[in-house]
Amino acid sequence: MSGKYVGASQRRNEDPALLRGRALFVDDLDLPNMLHATFVRSPYASALIKSVDVDAAREHPGVVAVYTAADLGDFCKSTPIVVPPPPIEDLVFNARTRTPLAKDRVHHVGEPVALVLAESRYLAEDAAGDVMVEYQELPAVTDLEKAMEESSPLVHEDVPRNIAAKAPQSKGDYPKAAKSAFKVIKRRIGYEHGMAQPMETRGIVARWDDKLGRLSVWASTQAPTSLRGALAGVLGMSEGQIRVVAPFVGGGFGSKVLYYYPEELLIPWAARELKCAVKWIEDRGEHFVATVQERGQIHDVEMALAEDGTILGIKDVFLHDTGAFNPYGLTVPINSQCSVLGNYVVPNYDSTMICVFTNKPMVGPYRGAGRQHGIFVIERMLDVAARELGIDRNEIRRRNYIPSDAFPYSNELVFQDFTTLTYDSGNYEPALDRMLEAIDYTGFVNEEQPRLKAEGKKVGIGIVSYMEGTGIGPYEGARVQVESSGRVRVVTGIGTQGQSHFTSLAQIVADELGVRPDQVDVVTGDTDQFYWGAGTFASRGAVVAGNAVHEAAAAVRERALELGAGHLQVTKKDVTIEDGHVVRLGNPDARIALGALALKANPLRGAVEAGTSPGLEATMFFGPERGTTANGVHGVIVEVDPETFDLEIRRYVVVHDCGVMINPMVVEGQIHGGVAQGIGNAFYEQIVFDDNGQILNATLADYLLPTSTEVPCMELHHLETPSRTNRLGIKGVGEAGCIPVAAAIAQAIEDALDLPAKGVELLEIPLSPDRLWALAGNVVQQPPRESRLATTGATALKRPPGNSTRTGGERADHGLTEHCGAARQGVGSTE
Amino acid sequence: VWAAQNDPQVLKAAIPGCESLHQEKDDCYSAVVVAKIGPVRAKFNGRATLSNIQAPERYTISGEGGGVAGLAKGAADVRPGEQGDRTMLHYAVRADVRGKLAQVGSRLLGSTAKKYANDFFAGFNDAVTGKAPVEAPAQPTLRAADDPKSSIRGD
Repeated sequence: MSGKYVGASQRRNEDPALLRGRALFVDDLDLPNMLHATFVRSPYASALIKSVDVDAAREHPGVVAVYTAADLGDFCKSTPIVVPPPPIEDLVFNARTRTPLAKDRVHHVGEPVALVLAESRYLAEDAAGDVMVEYQELPAVTDLEKAMEESSPLVHEDVPRNIAAKAPQSKGDYPKAAKSAFKVIKRRIGYEHGMAQPMETRGIVARWDDKLGRLSVWASTQAPTSLRGALAGVLGMSEGQIRVVAPFVGGGFGSKVLYYYPEELLIPWAARELKCAVKWIEDRGEHFVATVQERGQIHDVEMALAEDGTILGIKDVFLHDTGAFNPYGLTVPINSQCSVLGNYVVPNYDSTMICVFTNKPMVGPYRGAGRQHGIFVIERMLDVAARELGIDRNEIRRRNYIPSDAFPYSNELVFQDFTTLTYDSGNYEPALDRMLEAIDYTGFVNEEQPRLKAEGKKVGIGIVSYMEGTGIGPYEGARVQVESSGRVRVVTGIGTQGQSHFTSLAQIVADELGVRPDQVDVVTGDTDQFYWGAGTFASRGAVVAGNAVHEAAAAVRERALELGAGHLQVTKKDVTIEDGHVVRLGNPDARIALGALALKANPLRGAVEAGTSPGLEATMFFGPERGTTANGVHGVIVEVDPETFDLEIRRYVVVHDCGVMINPMVVEGQIHGGVAQGIGNAFYEQIVFDDNGQILNATLADYLLPTSTEVPCMELHHLETPSRTNRLGIKGVGEAGCIPVAAAIAQAIEDALDLPAKGVELLEIPLSPDRLWALAGNVVQQPPRESRLATTGATALKRPPGNSTRTGGERADHGLTEHCGAARQGVGSTE
Repeated sequence: VWAAQNDPQVLKAAIPGCESLHQEKDDCYSAVVVAKIGPVRAKFNGRATLSNIQAPERYTISGEGGGVAGLAKGAADVRPGEQGDRTMLHYAVRADVRGKLAQVGSRLLGSTAKKYANDFFAGFNDAVTGKAPVEAPAQPTLRAADDPKSSIRGD
C-alpha cells in the first residue's frame, strides 16, 4: 500500500529535538536526592567467592549503602528465563540464569558481586575499590570443543560437559540425498565472538514514590513493557504500580532487550529499599563485560549436490557459544539453524545445534542475531560447490533459488517465533539480475579485473544472496487519537532506538487521516501511555507496530467519516477526508475540521450515545500469523594490499527487497548502518579471550569498530515484493544490512587474491589483516617492493593481543574518490 | 648486590610508585604500589615471596597483587652474575593479569613491564652505588606474546 506519504522519503520528525540536544536520554535525568550506583565486578572468569568484606567501603564519606548477595535476602534468587525452549522434538535444554548479585561463585569476568550507592558516582567508585572480595580462582572454560570433553571444568556444576542445549531439526532424508549425490562437499566454518556497541551504553534511573506506592523507571531498553512485567515479578509488585519509560535510546542492536540484567533489577530494588531515586549508567569498560555478546559458532557442514549444481541436501552440526547463562533461550542459534537454508530449495536438511556454556558474558541477540552465521555458511558452501563443479557462482545460486511462484514456502523447521519457518513471499532472480547489472559483473570480470590484475592490483568481486525472517509476533498495539487542536496523537508500546518511528508511524497515519506527518505526534515506550506490547527487536517494529497503527488510523478514519457525514447531513459514502477535514464529495466548501469533530465527539453536555465512545479515537492491535521474509543481494568489489592485507572497498552495492517501504530514506539509513556493522564483523570486530576467560581488548581502542573512513558509500537498489501477511505489505529491514556482508567480503577477498587456486579458502570471520596474513600470507606472492617487504611481514605477526589492525598505517585523505568516499587506501605500515 | 636485593629499604626506593614495603618474613614481602598501565592508574596491594633461593646464584620471586583495577600474578627468576667489576642481573619474568588490567592494559603490558623493569634497575643501581646510573644494568627480555590468546610471557 502506498499513499501520499507512505513510500515517500519524508524528513524525520524527531531530528529537530535530537540535533538540538533536546531529546531526553536516561543520563539526562537528574532527580532530587538521586543516588548513584556502581558495581563491584568479578575480575575472574570462574571463581568461588570465599568472603566479601564491605566494612571499609561503608565507612567512605558519601556512601549510603553497600549491598552484597547476602543483603538481598529473597530477592537474590535465580532470575526467570525470558525465552522458553522451542517446541522441538528431542530437545535438550538446560536453562541457567543468574542471581542479581553473585552468591558463592562467579561465572564470567564482570559478573556483579556487590552494589555500592553513594551521593555521586565518584564517591561510589572510590568506595567500590575498598570492597574486599576473597576469591578462589577455578579453571575457566573458554574453548567450545574442549568444553564438551569429559575432563573439562564445568561452568555450572550440574550441567555435564557444559551442554546448554541440543536441538536437532530436519526435513526430508539427508542420508538418502547424500547417497544419490554426484558430489558431497564438507567444510568447517567458524564465526568469532563479538558484541553490539551502541553509542549509548545501558543505563537506568529508578525512583520510588513512597506516598504513591509507585516505582518510576527510565531505562535505556528495547523492551519497556517487558521490563515492567519483569520488575513486577521480581519485586512482587503489581504492574500498575510500575511505570517504565524508554526515552530516546542511543542504539540497542539486541543488547537492550529484556535479559533480566542484574543492574535493571537492582537499581529499582534499591530505589524502593532506600525510598529515593537511583541512577546507574554503564561505562564502556563495563559494557564489554556486563552486556550480552554474540557470534561464537563452529559449523561442520556438508552439502550434497547433483552434477548440475542442484542442492540435494545439507547436513550441519554446529556448536554455539552461549556464554555463562542462557536466559534468551535458543533465539540466536535457531536463527542460524534456519538461515543455513538461505534463499534456496534445500529438500533435505539435517541440522543439530549444540549450545555450550563457557565462562564468558552471556550471549544474546546482536543485530542479525545468528542469521548472518547461517547465511555465511550457505553462501560460502555455494562458492565451494560452484568451484568444485565448475559452475559460475551466480549461476549456481540462480539454479537453486526458491522460484517466485512457490511462495508462501514452508521450510518445515521451527523458527525463533516457534511457528513453522515459512517464507511469506519473495522474488529472488530479479534481485540477482539487478545486482549483476548494477555492479556490471560481466564488465568487471571480463575487462576491468584482468586489466587491474595485470597492473598488479589485487581486486576481486563478491556477490551473495540472503533472506531474513522479520516482523515476528506476538503482537503490538496502537492508539490513534485526533485532538481538538486537529493534531493527531499516536501512542504505541514499542520503544525507539533510532528507527525513525516518530516519522514512519506518522506517515502511515497521515495517509489515513489526510494530515501531514508533522501534524502527528508519536509517543513510544512509556508503559503509562500504552499498556501492551513486546518491544523493538527482531526487525519487527515497522511491521507489527506499523500495522497496528494503520489499523487504528483506519478505524479513526471510519469514525471521522461517520461523524462528519452526520454533521454535514449527508451519508457516509458522500464524504471523504482531505487536508485534515471531512469534506463533502463534489462540494469542497462543505467541510468540517477533524479537530472540530473531535471536540463535538467529546461533549460537555448531553450524552455520548450508548455503545459508542467519546472522541475521535481508536485502539487496535496487530498480531501476524507469522513473520515476513525480506531478501536481497549484496555485491562488493575490494582491493587487497598483498603486503599488509589491508582492504579497500572499491564498491558496495545493495539490492534489497523489504516489501513496501514506508520511508525509503529510513530504509536506506537502516541498510547503511547494517552494512557498516557487517563490515566491522567481517574485518575488525572480535572479542579476544585468553585461556583464563579474560577479555584482552575491552576498550574501543582495541576492539575496533569501522568508522566513517572504513565505510564506503553504498549504492542501493530497492525492489518491492509486498508481504502477504499484512495489509501494508511491509517487511522488516532493521537487521538486513549486516547479514550477508561477511559472506560477500570473504568471496571478494578470495577472488582478489586467487586464494582457492592456491589452496586457501576463507571459512571464518573476522578476516582481519593479521588473520588473513596467517591464512594466506605464505601463498600470496609478494610484489617486489623490497623496502617495505621486510617490515610489513613482521608487523602482521607482531600485532598485539586483540584485533587492533584497522589499517596498516595513516588514513588516506577523506575526499570523495571516484567511488564516492571509499577512501581507505591500503598503505604500508608505519610501525 | 645480593644483600641489597633483599633489603626492603633498597627495594622500596627502587620500585617505582612503591608507597610501602615490609619484610614479613625472611622470604616474604608485602607492598603497596601505585602503578600505571596504559589508562589504568591504581593502587595495588601485593605480596611477594622468594623461593628457590640459591644464594648468591639465583632466586625466584613470585608475587600476586590486586586492587580495584584487577589482579596480576607473576614470577621472575633472577640470576646475578659477575661481569668485571659490575654485577649483571639476569631475569626472566612471567606475568598473568585479571580484570581491568587484562581488559584495558594487556596490549600495553609488555611495554609497561619493560619500562618498570628499567626504572627499577636504574633505581636499584642508584641505591646500591649511591650515584646515578650511567646505563641500565640489565637488558630486560620481556616481549609481548605473539599469540593473542596467550598471556604475556617473558623469555
